[in-house]
Amino acid sequence: MSGGYHIVVCGGIVPDPLQTLEPAVGPTGPALRNEMMLPAVLDPWAGHALFEAANLAKSQPGSKVWWVSMGPKAKLQQLMMSMGQKVPFELVALDGSASGFTESAEVAAALAEAISSIPDLDQSRLLLIGGWESASRGAGSTLQIVGERLGIVDQFQGVDEVSVQEDGSLKLLERVEGGKHQISVCTAPPIVVGWATGKLPEPPNNPQIGMMNMRTVMPALQRAKAVQVGTGSLNFVSVRLPEQRRSTRIVKDATVEEIAQEIVEWIKD
Amino acid sequence: MSLTPNNKSQKLYTLPGDDVRQIMWRFAERFDLQMAVQGARSVARGPVARLVADGARNSHDWTEAKNGLLKAFDESGITSVFMDPEFGGFIEGPKNLALALVAFELAWVDGGSATCSLAGCLALAPIHERGTPEQRKEYMSRCVPAQPGEDREVWRGAFSLTEPLPYVGVDASMLGGRIRVSEWKDGEEPLIQVEKRGRFITNMDFANFVTAAVGSDDERIKGSCMVILEETDPGTFDRGTATKKLVHQLSSTRDPVFSLTVPANRIIGGYTIQDGVIVPNYSHGEVIEAVFKRTRVTVGLMTAAKLLSAIEPVIRYQRQRFRGGTVSAPGSPRFDLGLQQKEDVLHRLIDVWATGEAATSLGFEAARVFDEVDPREKERDAYFEANGISTGREKLKALRKLEEQALEFLKLAAEPEGLRDGARYEELKADRMVQFMLLDSQANVLCPACKLWNTGHGANVMREAVSLMGGYGITEDCPGFLGQKWMDAQLEATYEGPEAVQRRQLTVTMANRVFLAQFKNWIREMRSIAGKKPGSGACNLASAMELWLWTVDHLQVATDAEGVKLYKGQRQGVTFPLADALCWLLAARYQILDVLELEEKGPNNPIVAEGLEGYLNFFTDLCHVQSAAAAGEVGRICAELVYGYNRHPSWDGKNSESCFQPSDLAVLEGVIPGISGAAENYSDVVDEDFVPRKAGPCVRFDGYEEFARLRAKLDGCLTGSRLAKDRAAAALVDVMIPEALDYPE
Ligand SMILES: Cc1cc2nc3c(=O)[nH]c(=O)nc-3n(C[C@H](O)[C@H](O)[C@H](O)COP(=O)(O)OP(=O)(O)OC[C@H]3O[C@@H](n4cnc5c(N)ncnc54)[C@H](O)[C@@H]3O)c2cc1C
Repeated sequence: MSGGYHIVVCGGIVPDPLQTLEPAVGPTGPALRNEMMLPAVLDPWAGHALFEAANLAKSQPGSKVWWVSMGPKAKLQQLMMSMGQKVPFELVALDGSASGFTESAEVAAALAEAISSIPDLDQSRLLLIGGWESASRGAGSTLQIVGERLGIVDQFQGVDEVSVQEDGSLKLLERVEGGKHQISVCTAPPIVVGWATGKLPEPPNNPQIGMMNMRTVMPALQRAKAVQVGTGSLNFVSVRLPEQRRSTRIVKDATVEEIAQEIVEWIKD
Repeated sequence: MSLTPNNKSQKLYTLPGDDVRQIMWRFAERFDLQMAVQGARSVARGPVARLVADGARNSHDWTEAKNGLLKAFDESGITSVFMDPEFGGFIEGPKNLALALVAFELAWVDGGSATCSLAGCLALAPIHERGTPEQRKEYMSRCVPAQPGEDREVWRGAFSLTEPLPYVGVDASMLGGRIRVSEWKDGEEPLIQVEKRGRFITNMDFANFVTAAVGSDDERIKGSCMVILEETDPGTFDRGTATKKLVHQLSSTRDPVFSLTVPANRIIGGYTIQDGVIVPNYSHGEVIEAVFKRTRVTVGLMTAAKLLSAIEPVIRYQRQRFRGGTVSAPGSPRFDLGLQQKEDVLHRLIDVWATGEAATSLGFEAARVFDEVDPREKERDAYFEANGISTGREKLKALRKLEEQALEFLKLAAEPEGLRDGARYEELKADRMVQFMLLDSQANVLCPACKLWNTGHGANVMREAVSLMGGYGITEDCPGFLGQKWMDAQLEATYEGPEAVQRRQLTVTMANRVFLAQFKNWIREMRSIAGKKPGSGACNLASAMELWLWTVDHLQVATDAEGVKLYKGQRQGVTFPLADALCWLLAARYQILDVLELEEKGPNNPIVAEGLEGYLNFFTDLCHVQSAAAAGEVGRICAELVYGYNRHPSWDGKNSESCFQPSDLAVLEGVIPGISGAAENYSDVVDEDFVPRKAGPCVRFDGYEEFARLRAKLDGCLTGSRLAKDRAAAALVDVMIPEALDYPE
């Protein structure tokens, strides 16, 4: 692709999964208990999307990454202090709810509007990237609707790999059943890519990147537009946690074999 | 400052997060620092925690796995926090708060990792503080991690002051390390031969250079200095034997031996040649004074971090203590509350938490004050230069004049706004040098205070945290590594000057007139806070501060029973406890001020605002608990010092003259009916058959009435502090904690 891609990553925040997540009824409908006060992390699916996007941009000179995110402004700012150091991007922030109980169509409408108003965004070079679902809502519909609203009909979901071929076309691997991938080739953008996990690890923090990003992050947060998104016409009859007891332990860098072995032992027990 | 009584109904919902802490510790507006915190945290709770969990602390050797930390420090920006942007760093201006925050994050998981990172800064600090511009450029640039596209090794340093016995330890003047001129050709840089042995030198396994303290062994070199030694210098650069330390095993420590020839331009800060003698621009004492003045603050914050890091694992342990098995059924109080059914464990955890808050508040305030002092020190030097003040004597004279002005300013500041000479007040307020004097006198107290109290008292309180985990606490498996943190705290109390060094320094700096004048104003400040925010312990604290100040004033003129002066350097039995008492007061004061900051700024942040009342209620109660503890400590210390150096009155001799004789009472009964019965309340009644049941007549010393009054008032001021503790303890039962620690166990 001559001149590189315009990559827009949609990525929201979710409550830190280590916290006790307890449904409760708030003034505007269902919520998590103390949600505002709990620390938030970047939605893991969106994280994969962001790291893959940055990687792609790095390999395609002239590319640029925008990260569009909707969440309570102060929470986004906290997130930027860690995520903002990992890869270069320009932030487009929307000050609104990041709750998993909001209607995805409303969220998508707000995101699509924000994306349309990014100055200099070239639709013919646009890769709209995000998670194929989110860790909070898990409906898998937001990104698709954003794409539809922007008129992008070539959509790929559950993607684990995107590569640029010599002729400039894009090869995409989408997850299908049985651990297999469906391979598609797309001649040109714009496309929507909903990432599954991809292959890249979380990049280490790099304050030099952070300082560079902050030049646009802080102003973006300051001018973040307040957006009202709610539960739409949804009516939650009841909300509850799965009944099982949760027992969490933090282990980092375990191999797949070790994880599998532990699960087997646990089942046998 | 808008101060409103707290809405007592709101609870502490969650443990305080970054948003709350950034406000309290005053870096909510500094995204460079927030990023530094996140960078350090990712290393602490990632590779560092994994190393500890994998048992890497169980060896004295510097293993490959431990060495991997250096790369993690470089990649995450921890290494470059110390560097100025001109040398590849990312933080502009002074970096005391930045380094303190990084140390805090690393020590939250493991103190040794913090030591490992900080020792690199310590090695560079002599060059940073006193080095020539060339030295600064050379070594700073070498120690900055390679930027993308650059291919070079990152240099690491070690700081070598301490020497094998009987040389340098607490007493840094007992230098065994020596330098001599080995070659001095006309018009060329002299070469000097350095002989130095180090003891307990951190980073020695991998240091490429060492900043070493040495004294002259040659009449052609004057006094002492610090020199830079490089591993490739001709001669011996022997890294020596590894120290078999019990703590901080994620740092490297060895006893190195150096016998090297280096050019004289390695003398830190340069030198001049006067009458054929090399005269270093700075003695080793001057260099280390400038260095330790700053670096000790970060050490204080390491222990503070551990105390606060203990809260979450202890709460989890307490709650889960009786879950599983058949001892309790889900839904029963024993199942749900576990050990939290017991009042004592809650109260003790509150003590740990309150100490942690106070220590952290004190430490970060010290770091912030140094951030303000740093540029002003340079202004002071420029001021001296501009006014032709060059000799030590002239400087002292100029400083004395500034000191008078600073005192004048403080006097005006204490007067009501409408009544004071407003123009003069504004003039002195705008005078940067006068303000420098205020800050400098604070910094000179805050640094040793936080190093002393946070690490020393912190280590004691860390033991309490370990106790709360029962047997688990002293095993390697204890969540949050509390046992290791307790042991580690002892090193923090020792290196960079053990407690005795800090107490010695406080002996001098706490008696500084400008400091004491500020302290006096702070008492008034606490009273006014108390008026607006009852229940914060501010009143209690103000009374304790008053008692301390009275005691200092008294001891400075008082003598002991032999007529020997009490307040003087050698009389450590007097000055050291007074120093300890001051630390308690300062820590409690900054704790209160941080809560006020949260109260003022919290509403501007929507996330914080949501749970703000709950945080304020809880933190205010913690302040009250801490102030009460401080008051108790200060009362005890002051009473011991004020009374303890007098000889007890005895039954014989002139002391007994003040006692009533039964015959006197019989006469007096006619004039004052009832006196016989009441006399014992006022003095002792003795007669010939009297058998003493105490050491002597009760003590009544003239001039001590004020002390007795202040002390009695202080005791009364404890009113409500236990209710605050009960409330805080109750909050521990309800507060929501995460499902698991966010680092491996
Ligand atoms: C793991 C580790 C790492 C270290 N890293 C470094 C490093 O990188 N660089 C470096 O230069 N040093 C380092 N040190 C050395 C450390 O700074 C010294 O151990 C410390 O300053 C105390 O010196 P000392 O051990 O000789 O104690 P001593 O001087 O023997 O003092 C022992 C005790 O005697 C008392 N005492 C001594 N003098 C006085 C006095 N005047 N008044 C009252 N009481 C007194 C105090 O209670 C004191 O704690 C390290 C030490 C350790 C254990």
